[in-house]
Amino acid sequence: MLTSKRLILAHFWLAFIVFGAALVLGAWQMFVRSPLNAWHFNPEFYYRSVTAHGSAMGYVFPTLIAMGFGYAITEASFEKALIGRRWAWTGFFLVAVGAVVAMIPVSLGLASVLYTFYPPMVGNPFYYIGVVMVVVGSWIWVALMVINFVIWKRENPGKPVPLAMYANVAGCLLWGWTAVGAALEILFLILPVALGFKSTIDAGLARVFFSWSLHAIVYFWLIPTYIAYYTIFPRAIGGRLYSDAMARISFILFVVVAMPIGVHHLFADPQVGAGFKFMHSVFTGLVALPTLLTVFTICASAEIASRLRGGRGAFGWIGALPWSNPIMLATALSLVMLGFGGAGGLINMSYQLDATVHNTQWITGHFHLIFGGAIVIMYFAIAYDLWPHLTDRALDSFGLMRTQLWLWFIGMIVTTFPWHYVGILGMPRRMAYYDYANPAISPQAFSVTMSAIGGFILLLSGLLFLLVLIRGQFGARGEAGAYRFAVPLHMPARIPVALNSFGLWLALMVGLTVVNYGFPIAQLMALNETSVPAVYVGAGR
Amino acid sequence: MSDQPLFSPRNPWFGISVGVTAAIAVLSAVAGLIWLPLAQPNLKLASVWDAICSAAGVPRAAVQEAAVKPDFKTSNVVMTSEMLTKVDQVSIGRGATLAQRCAICHGPQGVSDAHSPNLAGQFAAVTYKELNDFKTGARVSVVMSPFAAAMSDQDMKDVAAYYAYLPRVPSNNLDTGRAAPAVVVTGAPLRNIPPCGSCHGDIDNKAGSPWLGGQSAVYIKAQLEAFASGTRRNDISQQMRNIARQMTAEEIDQVAHYYEAQP
Ligand code: HEM
Ligand SMILES: [Cu+2]
Repeated sequence: MLTSKRLILAHFWLAFIVFGAALVLGAWQMFVRSPLNAWHFNPEFYYRSVTAHGSAMGYVFPTLIAMGFGYAITEASFEKALIGRRWAWTGFFLVAVGAVVAMIPVSLGLASVLYTFYPPMVGNPFYYIGVVMVVVGSWIWVALMVINFVIWKRENPGKPVPLAMYANVAGCLLWGWTAVGAALEILFLILPVALGFKSTIDAGLARVFFSWSLHAIVYFWLIPTYIAYYTIFPRAIGGRLYSDAMARISFILFVVVAMPIGVHHLFADPQVGAGFKFMHSVFTGLVALPTLLTVFTICASAEIASRLRGGRGAFGWIGALPWSNPIMLATALSLVMLGFGGAGGLINMSYQLDATVHNTQWITGHFHLIFGGAIVIMYFAIAYDLWPHLTDRALDSFGLMRTQLWLWFIGMIVTTFPWHYVGILGMPRRMAYYDYANPAISPQAFSVTMSAIGGFILLLSGLLFLLVLIRGQFGARGEAGAYRFAVPLHMPARIPVALNSFGLWLALMVGLTVVNYGFPIAQLMALNETSVPAVYVGAGR
Repeated sequence: MSDQPLFSPRNPWFGISVGVTAAIAVLSAVAGLIWLPLAQPNLKLASVWDAICSAAGVPRAAVQEAAVKPDFKTSNVVMTSEMLTKVDQVSIGRGATLAQRCAICHGPQGVSDAHSPNLAGQFAAVTYKELNDFKTGARVSVVMSPFAAAMSDQDMKDVAAYYAYLPRVPSNNLDTGRAAPAVVVTGAPLRNIPPCGSCHGDIDNKAGSPWLGGQSAVYIKAQLEAFASGTRRNDISQQMRNIARQMTAEEIDQVAHYYEAQP
């Protein structure tokens, strides 16, 4: 039973409002740096916009989704009210206020440092303080999820924790530990400089701390999507989850190996030794494992559903799937985008190949395909699935939902394929202006234009999505019944302790962090004269 | 549920997961810290310990070779963003007195028609750096060098503070309606030219870059040409020389007149 409906709805609505605003900025960015626009204004606006878009899309939007979905999972899977609802509201307001506090200096042009911070650029302190508030708000959620998990286990000794909740807590723990890197960076390196207590900053160390957060944050974004794959998708298409244990192992693998691999974002940085880059590269390879397990399990679950509906043949069963069901459609489109994005990711993770795409538009193309595409399309699916339970009203604009999902998929492909391509041609990322009249880059003009058109398709799809949700708020009243998650094919009555707890996996996560990050961090902290003068952004106006 | 304690060597989950994780960590460490560096002949590593240190990123003392010194003086001022940004009334007062001898060229209010730079409202760090460079010989001018030679460090700071305190005055050629040339608004990325304003204050200010609005076009043009030809070399790390060399004569002319017309 969902009892904290207002709490959960507040998270989802705020998330999608932030998403809608950031989407407009994204489409604007796409347009202004394309050949469709003759540049006639201050290029600094572009960096303001990218900072706002990146911070909103990267920090605020997915965090709110994970939080709202986490609360829904707790109540639905434990079938009881959330413990600590007041604290949950506190966390929500911290995130909301933090987002506003961060965005004010950004919109004034006082913190155009881009969402990755990257010192020695230093912006207005309120930008960083706002980001910290968002993180602290999410830590309240982490604490609440762990508390609910522990109390339920105490009340239900010997019973397996429902998969959705187990995965949700895995995401919380991963996020709790991951966010520490960026928090250390902001609190100890950036804020003292932003507040004027110091005028130099150890940029190399700051980047190492940021990389600690930067990779695992993408798995934090991903976990709600994977939870939806495992626990919503099989039920929505009338089937069963192929394997409960396989699902648990996937989430466990994320907890253990998603974190100590962030140095793959620093392949081109001189301050980390090549040996550690290699070690992080090896563990990056391992992180493909849970995704492969997931793709296998989800396809197997789809096959089960199809055969239950009478699907036959080696491939014939694919046609018998309920394609008109938005969840079916979203999951299939998501897996296709995950496949393309994953192939690109293999290129990024290899030390040598990365050199050719480093800091090019390939990278932005890549993370939009995986994150904006594969992950966000499942956020839509989660909202569609939960909405009737949250609003107690029917959500039945199925045609509109399918159109919206298809548009998102098409838009994403049209946007990101050319985006990757110009990256291979060498187009750098994070520049406001490109002189397409110059023969050296004029061949890229066509691809960039195409990509901008894709951006408008995405904007249209985003607006349709909001329209569906708004219509859902005014639909016919009707009790949607209890919210259920997919049932596995074989539900074991007893499962090994290891698959029902996190102690061992947390120990491995922290241990691997120490092994892979301990020396590089300790060394940079011990070295003298590694600081450089800060470059204050927006200070001269 | 299995009653076996989790953290026990007899629990297979514990043994296998810890064992596999440790094995991967050790193997990747051996490969990354020992085997791969030793396999690269150009690293010229003497021992396994050397290989580990090198791959772990421990800094090695650079080979001691005498650095090639340029045959001219370079600026020795270390610029930071907040340098001389704190207003000091005493310093401004002293600067006002000292600045009397500058007035003949730079005008009693820091503005003149003599095609010498207008100093009123200039960033203090900029005036200070230029005086310093004249004094050390990093920048040479028959007129300015003798003045600077006689100034103490505090004198230079005071004069700089005084001029920063004076309000900016637009030139007689003020024309705010004048369209900005492309190189000012967008720069020319393929020639490595950023927009002028990204350093010179109309978009953002980077330490040491002067405010250009209202400066004499003759002066701006002369300086850009001096940077391009290499007769002026006091810009730290060739920041301006690299840009000026890439500019066409026409662009130099355009920006000179554009900035003269700005407030
Ligand atoms: C209409 C859809 C979208 C468009 C047109 C768009 C466009 C853009 C553009 C042009 C940039 C700047 C790239 C650069 O030059 O550095 C950008 C950055 C970014 N976008 Fe989007 N975006 C869209 C949707 C999304 C979505 C759905 C997400 C994630 C949920 C997202 C996440 C990001 C992030 C994190 C950055 C920061 C990139 C950086 O700073 O390097 N975007 N986006
Ligand atoms: Cu990564």
